[in-house]
Parts: sequence; C-alpha cells; structure tokens
Amino acid sequence: MTETAALEVRDLTASYGPVTALDGVTIRAERGRITAVLGANGAGKTTLLRSVSGLVPTSSGQVLLGDRELTRASAETIARAGIAQVPEGRGVITELTVEENLRLGDLLGTARRRQRHRLEQVYALFPVLAERRRRDAHSLSGGERQMLVIGRALLCAPEVLLLDEPSLGLAPQIVAQIFGVLRELVDHDGMTVLLVEQNARSALSIADAGFVLNLGRVVAGDSAAVLAADDDLRHAYLGF
Amino acid sequence: MVSLVAGVRRRLPASTLGRNLLLVLAALVVVVLLLELTDPFRNSQLATMSYYAIAAAGLTVLTGLNGQISLGHGALMAVGAYAMGLLLNTGVVPFPLAMLAAAAVTAVVGVVVGAAAARLHGPYLAGATLALAIGVPGLAIHFDGVFGGEQGLQISSPRPPDWFADVIYFLFANEAGSAKYFAYIGWLTLLAVLLLLSNLVASRYGRVWRAIRDDEVAAELAGVPLGRLRVLAFVVSAACAGLAGAVLGIVVRLAAPSGFTIVLSLSLLTAVVVGGLGSLGGALLGSALLVFLPPAVTGLGMQAGLTGVQAAQLAPLAYGVVLVTVMLLAPGGAMGIARALWHARPRRRFAQQPANTHRMDEEPSTTDATEPGGRT
Repeated sequence: MTETAALEVRDLTASYGPVTALDGVTIRAERGRITAVLGANGAGKTTLLRSVSGLVPTSSGQVLLGDRELTRASAETIARAGIAQVPEGRGVITELTVEENLRLGDLLGTARRRQRHRLEQVYALFPVLAERRRRDAHSLSGGERQMLVIGRALLCAPEVLLLDEPSLGLAPQIVAQIFGVLRELVDHDGMTVLLVEQNARSALSIADAGFVLNLGRVVAGDSAAVLAADDDLRHAYLGF
Repeated sequence: MVSLVAGVRRRLPASTLGRNLLLVLAALVVVVLLLELTDPFRNSQLATMSYYAIAAAGLTVLTGLNGQISLGHGALMAVGAYAMGLLLNTGVVPFPLAMLAAAAVTAVVGVVVGAAAARLHGPYLAGATLALAIGVPGLAIHFDGVFGGEQGLQISSPRPPDWFADVIYFLFANEAGSAKYFAYIGWLTLLAVLLLLSNLVASRYGRVWRAIRDDEVAAELAGVPLGRLRVLAFVVSAACAGLAGAVLGIVVRLAAPSGFTIVLSLSLLTAVVVGGLGSLGGALLGSALLVFLPPAVTGLGMQAGLTGVQAAQLAPLAYGVVLVTVMLLAPGGAMGIARALWHARPRRRFAQQPANTHRMDEEPSTTDATEPGGRT
C-alpha cells in the first residue's frame, strides 16, 4: 500500500445495541482505484459503508477523506464533503421524474450551471436515463434504477463513491454494463470507488484491491489478484 | 362525460401558477354566488367550514406531503385564536394585520414544535404532538388573568364596514350581516391559502418533501438537509393552523379551552384523510363533510321520526361509517376518485386529438400511461 489513500477508515467500531457490527475495522481506498469490500451476510459490509457516510453512529475510530476528518459528521455534511453513497435497494423516489431524482440533492440549491454540466455527464454515461429524463422514475426497470442512483451520487461530484451491492438482483449483462461504467469513471476521471459486494467473483474481477470482512473484523486485505488466487480465503469466506 | 373532462383539461394554461390562479378565480365566483344565494345560517356554516379547511390544507401539506403526523393542530389553532383575540381586543390593530400576526406567532410555535418533531417518527411524533394538544388548553386555564381561564377570551370581532354593506347591496340587493362578512373574510383567506399552498406543493420544496416522505435515506445521502426541510414543513403547516385559529376567533368571537380539545385535532386529521391525503382539494372536501354532514344526518333522523337526542347521536355514527367506508373502498379519499375521473382518457376519438405535449412535463405518470398518442 503506497501513496495517499482517498478514504481511510482507522480502527472503526460500531454496534447496534449489544451487537458489535464493526470491531476495529481499518481499511483504505487508494485514489483512482476500485477497492472491494467482501464478506458473507452479517460480516459488517453495509454497516461499514453506512458508518462512513454518517448513517450509523460509531463508538470509536476515525474516518478520513484525504486529510479531512469526517468521523461523526452528519450525513449531509459528509455528502457535501465528497463522499457519495449509493444505497442498497435502489432508493429511487418513484413519484419524481428521472431528472428530479438525479437532481434531488440540489433541487433547492443554486448551483444550477455546474449541475447542468454534471447532469450531461451522467446522461453521457447512462444514455437510457437521458431518454427517460422527463418520465416518472416509477417506470424504470431494476437496472435503470441502479443507474439512476449511481447517477444521483455522481451529481454530488464526489471524490469517493461508495456502492452497496450494486449487482443485487440484476442480470449479469446489466451488472457488466454498470461495472464497465465504474471502471470508466475510475480510469478516466480518477474517481475512487469503494464497492461492497457479496458477489465476490465479479467484484474481484473489476476491483484493484480488496478487503475481506468476517463478523465485523478485517480478515484479509490485499490486491484483487492476490485475494482471488488465495484458495483458502476463497473457500472460507468468499464462497467460490 | 370523460371526454368533456379531457377537453377542459387540455385547455387549461400550461404553467402551474396560471392554472392555479385560474382555478382560484373560478372558485371565487362560486364562493360569492354561494354566499349570496344562501341565508345567514348557511353563511355562518360556510364560515365555519372555511377555518376548518384552512387548517386542514396546512395539515395535508405536513402529513400528506412530508409524511409527518400531527395530533397538535387543534392546539396550534388555539394559539392563533388567542393571539387574534389579544390583538383585536387592544382595539388598535386592524384585523388583517392581526390575522397575519396570529399566523406569525403560531409559525414561531411551529418552529419549536417542528424542531422537536423533526427528530421523531410515527407513533412518537403522534405522542409528542398529542402532548401539545393536551397541554395548550391547560396553559390558557393556568394563566387565566391573560387568557380568561375556562370561560375563555371574548373577542371583539370587526364589524362589517359600510362600504361592504353598500357593495353587497349594490351588486346583489342583499342585506350584509356580520355572518356574511365573516364568511367572506374566511373564504378569501382560504382561497389565498390554497393559492399559496398549491404553488408550494408544485414547487421544488414540494418535490423534495415528497422525496423525504418516500425515501428518507436516499434523500439524506443525496445531500438534502432533512431536518431543516422537516421543520419548514411544520412551520408552513403551523402558520396555516394559526390563520385558521384567527378566522375562528373572528367567527366565534370567543377563544376558550373547550373549543380546542383533542377532538378538534382528530377532526382535522379525519377531514384530511377522508378528502384524500396530500390533496388540497381533499382538505376542502373533508372540511365540508365535517361541517355539513352531522346537521344533515340529524335532520334526516328527525324526519324519520327519531327524537332530537337520538337524531343527534346518529351524526357521529354516520361520520364514522363514512370514514370506514372511504378507507375500505377508496383509500385515496374523495380526491382519489375525482383524480381517477379527471385523468381517465376518453374512450373514443383520442386518435384525432392533437398530441398533448405540454402536460407531459407536469404529470408524466398519469399522462404517459393513459395517452398513447401523447408521446413525441
């Protein structure tokens, strides 16, 4: 692990009542790389993302965006500081149009011109959203909804993009398309991506590095190639 | 019938403001006719309906649009009514100014309650606002030197000015009593509130409120300032309740604790739900039901040979039956049914009609789904 990490989580602990969900987790997401967080159900992957983006309170540890400490900041502050989370289960507001959904974070804001530019970038990444910009989000398919929430996160102009199970319930072809867009964002725009996945095989196929969580602890952290080649690790934690 | 509705719909102005303004002007004509064609008793019933509807309209924005429940709107009306009484009784504040001040005072109370409410959900929010409904009338009793205790505060309502009587006589050859004057005050206030709220509902604020209601986490992650917007919804709603209380103060000429019990808060909530949650037209319909259904049922009961007491007991029963029936058969309320009619497509001839493009921006869900020829 070299150079500066875009996002660093140090010794983070979080619990739901008596249940410890994260137990001293330390991970780093290198700038301009895709870092996968893998593990079984209940390993603490989603809790990790939710505590980074301020939705779950943490009891100790630190969250750093570059040099800036964001531990225990509010979700809104964290979103504006440059960490955008794409929540699991889509989070599409079906009553609003596609474009209103994309602009949700800034519907009340004043940054119209910059917004317009970013909106066009999102439409260029996901042409299907451009076709449906004036339609109710209600009419979108599962894959389109996933694209929509990724697009919404991108409109926050994040430095770091957190994705929670973007492949969940989607056809392999759609997953490949979405992962392709993520790769493009990282390679061309220098975006940093932290990707939580249960589907370890496909996640490791696009990730540069990865961490494996089990019962709230980091059990492995290395480059994606090394992780994928580790038979013991794959059998014990990753299920392939 | 359906194609007639579709024809009217197509000829409405494209802009939301224009459409709402037109609707309010049309409503104004209807209101004037209604008030001039009915007797003073009906006038005063209509005045009662106007303040229920003002409060219900504010409540429907809070509950229907932002998903926050409030059992405390009756208490907020009390704040408005007492503020109105204290200001009018000074004898120097003109009543329109007093109404605005009453709304402002209630809005300030709304900031405090809203700040607490923004942190609460569901039953906890209901409980907290319930405490408001119970507590505020108690305050009026405790500080009886200022608020008049159990007996309440007599309010010196404005008298109908000469010019008002002259105008009414000149236009309609009618006598202008204070019942009519109060009804005009109430309904003009109501129409102004409806115009403002309908634009707010269609604005960016309305859309963000709906987003918060539908998916709080998604809105928060997108950077929407959740707390501030929740408080804002509460303040807007409280200001409406305060204004409603001010009108009530003028119409009833009394602000007393017994007028603002939890029953009032619950009535407002049922009016909003029966009319159709989140719809301003629904708030209007629900308030009409609240005011006109009980006397109508009592009247029918008397005609059917019941004693006065029995007939009066029939009214709440009928209201309950209506409430249950609406919830079972039309969960969208009265406005849900009306909206289905409004957006129904004409059965024949749609192929000849020009593509109706400007409406698509406004309501893509319904127009897209129902108008095969509308997409370009």
